[in-house]
Amino acid sequence: MTAREIFDNLKAKFGDAIGEAKLDALQPWITVAEKRAKEICLFLRDEPGFGFDYLSCLSGVDYPDGKLGVTYHLFSMNHKHKIVVKALCTRENPHVQSVSAVWGTANWHEREAYDMYGIVFDEHPDLRRILCGDDYPGYPLRKDFKVPEFYNGMKVPY
Amino acid sequence: MKESRTLPTDYVSSPERTSSGRTLRTDEMILNMGPQHPSTHGVLRLELVVDGEIIVDVIPHIGYLHRCFEKHAEHMTNYQQVIPYADRMDYLSSMCNDWAYALAVEKLLKTEIPERVQYIRLIMAELQRIASHLIAVGTYAIDMGAFTPFLWCFRDRERILDLFEMTCGARLLYNYIWVGGVSHDLPPSFVEKAKEFCRDFRTTLKEVHDVLTYNEIFIKRTANVGVLPKDVAINWACSGPMLRGSGVDWDLRRDDPYGIYDRFEWTVQVGKGEMGTVGDCWDRYIVRMREMEESTRIIEQAVESVPEGNVQSSIPKRIRPEAGEVYVRSESPRGELGFYVISDGTASPYRVKARAPAFVNLSVLPEISRGAMVADLVAIVGSVDIVLGEVDR
Amino acid sequence: MGILNYKFESSNILITSLDGLLNWARLSSLWQMQFGLACCAIEMMAASASNFDIMRFGVIPRATPRQCDVMIVSGTVTLKMATRIKRLFDQMPEPRYVISMGSCSNCGGPYWEHGYHVLKGVDRVIPVDVYVPGCPPRPEALLEGIIKLQEKVRKESLAKKAVQTV
Repeated sequence: MTAREIFDNLKAKFGDAIGEAKLDALQPWITVAEKRAKEICLFLRDEPGFGFDYLSCLSGVDYPDGKLGVTYHLFSMNHKHKIVVKALCTRENPHVQSVSAVWGTANWHEREAYDMYGIVFDEHPDLRRILCGDDYPGYPLRKDFKVPEFYNGMKVPY
Repeated sequence: MKESRTLPTDYVSSPERTSSGRTLRTDEMILNMGPQHPSTHGVLRLELVVDGEIIVDVIPHIGYLHRCFEKHAEHMTNYQQVIPYADRMDYLSSMCNDWAYALAVEKLLKTEIPERVQYIRLIMAELQRIASHLIAVGTYAIDMGAFTPFLWCFRDRERILDLFEMTCGARLLYNYIWVGGVSHDLPPSFVEKAKEFCRDFRTTLKEVHDVLTYNEIFIKRTANVGVLPKDVAINWACSGPMLRGSGVDWDLRRDDPYGIYDRFEWTVQVGKGEMGTVGDCWDRYIVRMREMEESTRIIEQAVESVPEGNVQSSIPKRIRPEAGEVYVRSESPRGELGFYVISDGTASPYRVKARAPAFVNLSVLPEISRGAMVADLVAIVGSVDIVLGEVDR
Repeated sequence: MGILNYKFESSNILITSLDGLLNWARLSSLWQMQFGLACCAIEMMAASASNFDIMRFGVIPRATPRQCDVMIVSGTVTLKMATRIKRLFDQMPEPRYVISMGSCSNCGGPYWEHGYHVLKGVDRVIPVDVYVPGCPPRPEALLEGIIKLQEKVRKESLAKKAVQTV
């Protein structure tokens, strides 16, 4: 299925929840409403024509315009087609619906995005920091992150 | 220490009874394994909830080797500088990491790769796959109590490292595959040495098969242990030998082709449950063993027909891809290694996310180890073949 | 015993200093703590495997810190791991030694500038006796580090040390 067909199908089903899309990009992407990500992803997985059963990658991104976002790279083992889905959220209120109930693998990826960008995934079963320690100050991959001078009594900068 | 973990719904505690019929109350115990533990393959910490010897739940704690790869990639002054860090991400398969990153940037740049470079990259990646699987098999043998295969595996791995060393001067972290080419041409006697290695290596494989694969003790320790069903494997996005061990015929070298793999004759090895259930530890192990054989086949075919040419001519001096983003994946020894690169048109990447196969494969560990014995957990963790550098990046 | 074979067939007396004897015994069996951190751990494994065979120096890996003489910090020490390394070091019985293997544990290595989660040198948490440079060091370099540590042990005086601490 081409990106155009996927986009049209989603638009017909979810209407306003499907936002901007760039279908002529190197790898076409579709933006979805961050509060309905789970519902839309469930549809993408279970609808026979789509069959996106494999979540390749889930990445947090800090965009230049100050927004945060999550990018899902989906793939279908049966139909061998791909699509990129994005969900954007604001820096002040970084909430995105969790998709870990749809794909088990999203669990750790979402914890990583929470750890690195502070994006809170609603309905996540176990949202803790995964790579940095629980008491690490700040979200390291945000563009405005400042390295702390000390952590647990250890000097951090060189 | 965490308390009151929720148990799986199908979990039933079975109380022991004394001769008078009274029940003995058994409590669950929380046991820490790692970060310093001889069989966790690095600095992995597992928080085990055990009922006697039975594992009720496993909570992996990672991040003890979090080296900020993504931050470094963003702060480099150009695209080529990311490659040494990609090297250090999965330090057992540096060549494959370099290649995966180079593929992503080349896709953004839309460059053509010379024939000779394609051949060299493929030969290096397959040699690296053998070297990486040798460590996986050798350390797995140690976990299971067999020391001899470990020594044999390291002996043969040293020969591959010698090949790499004569090519680029490094033993472990090569910085060899660059965007658009490779850093050095093949040295004069490389082809003969590689052929010689492939010939001798088959003997080692046979020896390891004899002493380990069909060893009754080894089979008892690994067959029917840590069974990963097909649908769970796909839902948790497992890849590489982990996915193929579960009987999914899936290899990115064939199914999402890159490089020149389609020119050679080789087959994708899949676990068939020969010693137990499909998707158990033995299947994952045997997939690695057979993949080494296939890699040897690929190398033998490839070294015969390396074309002449310049390997550095197409390396761009300044890399400024136009703004855009790309996710490119390739088959590293551990599975699907993807790089998600966002370019904003400047000389350094705006965002690089590495989708590490070991990270994803490890996340399924709690699903496959509930109900197993503590000793089996060592077998399961070993069969996942994690590299903590890649799990934590 | 190599060159001393068949030299002491009938009972005999060997005169040496107590320090000399103790140091000789200690430096010939530096038991190493078996744990690896990062890339350097692979080279450490290679050093203990067939081609380099670190055991000929009496370096035997032990899984518990209570039985160890030397800790080889092989790889990047992160902030999360640093507290654990400190605890493991504290659990080792004295006299204890530390070999810092590789650039990362010497000074932060390639992660010195932007490594927000990397400790810039393990000597910020535990004392280091021998630094082995390289990224990663070759197994031969690690062997050289062991020999350097043996030289250091040879020059020590446990008897004097004991008197000083009392």
